[in-house]
Amino acid sequence: MDLELMINSLPKLLNAALITLKLLSVSLIIGLFIGLFFAILRLNKNIFINSFAYGYSYVFRGTPLLVQIFIIYFGLGQIEYLRSTVLWVILKEPYWCAIIAFALNTGAYTSEILRSAFQTIKPGIIEAGKSLGISNKVIFYKIQIPIAIRQSLPAYGNEIILMMKGTSLASTVTIMDLTGVAKYIISTTFKPIEVFIVAGGIYLFMTFIIHQVIKFLEKKYSFN
Amino acid sequence: MELLAFGDTGWGDELFYATLMTIAVSITAMFIGFLFALIFTPLKLSKNKFLNFIANSYTTIIRGVPELLVIYLFFFGGTGAVMFVASIFGYNEYIEINAFITGAFAIGIISGAYSTEVFRGAIQSIDKGQFEAANVLGLNKFGKFFKIILPQTLRLAIPNLSNVWQITLKDTSLISVTGLVEIMRQSYIAAGSTRDPLFFYSFAAVLYLLLTFVSMKLINRLEVKYSRGY
Repeated sequence: MDLELMINSLPKLLNAALITLKLLSVSLIIGLFIGLFFAILRLNKNIFINSFAYGYSYVFRGTPLLVQIFIIYFGLGQIEYLRSTVLWVILKEPYWCAIIAFALNTGAYTSEILRSAFQTIKPGIIEAGKSLGISNKVIFYKIQIPIAIRQSLPAYGNEIILMMKGTSLASTVTIMDLTGVAKYIISTTFKPIEVFIVAGGIYLFMTFIIHQVIKFLEKKYSFN
Repeated sequence: MELLAFGDTGWGDELFYATLMTIAVSITAMFIGFLFALIFTPLKLSKNKFLNFIANSYTTIIRGVPELLVIYLFFFGGTGAVMFVASIFGYNEYIEINAFITGAFAIGIISGAYSTEVFRGAIQSIDKGQFEAANVLGLNKFGKFFKIILPQTLRLAIPNLSNVWQITLKDTSLISVTGLVEIMRQSYIAAGSTRDPLFFYSFAAVLYLLLTFVSMKLINRLEVKYSRGY
């Protein structure tokens, strides 16, 4: 055990953890909107809209995140047309490519979580709203969405933790996040166990915090 | 389509073998995971606090730390660990572990943590009466486990195990960082030498989709088989 290395690498790894958190929070926020959008499409009765949304979630959930990042980072740059558009400003940055991949990926999982949450809402609750003369729009925003949020919190908490682990793949496209820096230190010092303990400890701590926050929210949004 | 030709001119045969490699690593990893689950599920269910603590640390750590970090630990640390054990037995030559074993082991440990949770949940949701009824029938320990508990556990566990299989299958793409030539690594090589990453990575995505689709169909059949009588 090389305690000195562990203590020396801690500040570097903590700094890198900030990048991990930034990647995580930005992609979760974008992913939540994508997820909500596709969940609403899934509930649509039109079979084309419906199957388009299903296809999206099927493809992104059925392929590894690594493939998705590589297609966006290495693949899209190959299209000549894209290079001449404004989009290229975003797509040439590995940081934004990683965020696009993460957001699309977590969006697919989130859409499934939200869809099942919407579907478990008892029709009686919606009917009650209708019989009170509340408009469909208000029913959706004031009744269905709050209930769906409460229903989906436990599953969404798991998704946040899975996504946090997923951000480690950003290191494969040259971003120095927590895993990227950990790998760099391991490959220069050849002390994998020490670095693993420190970096893994930071990840576990973040998992713990996320878990506690979700638990608190679950309590706050529960009926009793 | 020329890019996918079999033989020297295209990448078809290379990608075909790479797909077989992905399947082989996934199955091996899943099997190693079952072995880990076999050890850790009883520890989780045991009344001994210390054994509980060991099993809980295993599942919490593995499920809270990124897969890639675990793979790096094995990739960089595996050789050292094996040589250390070998040196205790007086063997001091350099040992190189092959990428298949390192990869399958790393993914297997991850898969095992998820399997452990699945089996624990399944066994805990079996009615207490079933255990008591088995006792009353005078079955011995083995009979009780193999004839009464295991079939019911499998029925409850299969849907969740199919999720674990999906996770394991997708995780094997990460082993490409260690140089094992599976789908991802082969696509990387092909993309590099043809300068056509968009095509090869999209094709890799299609291969993974195909694998998940076919395995889901097979698992559904198992599910039907094990839920006979319900």
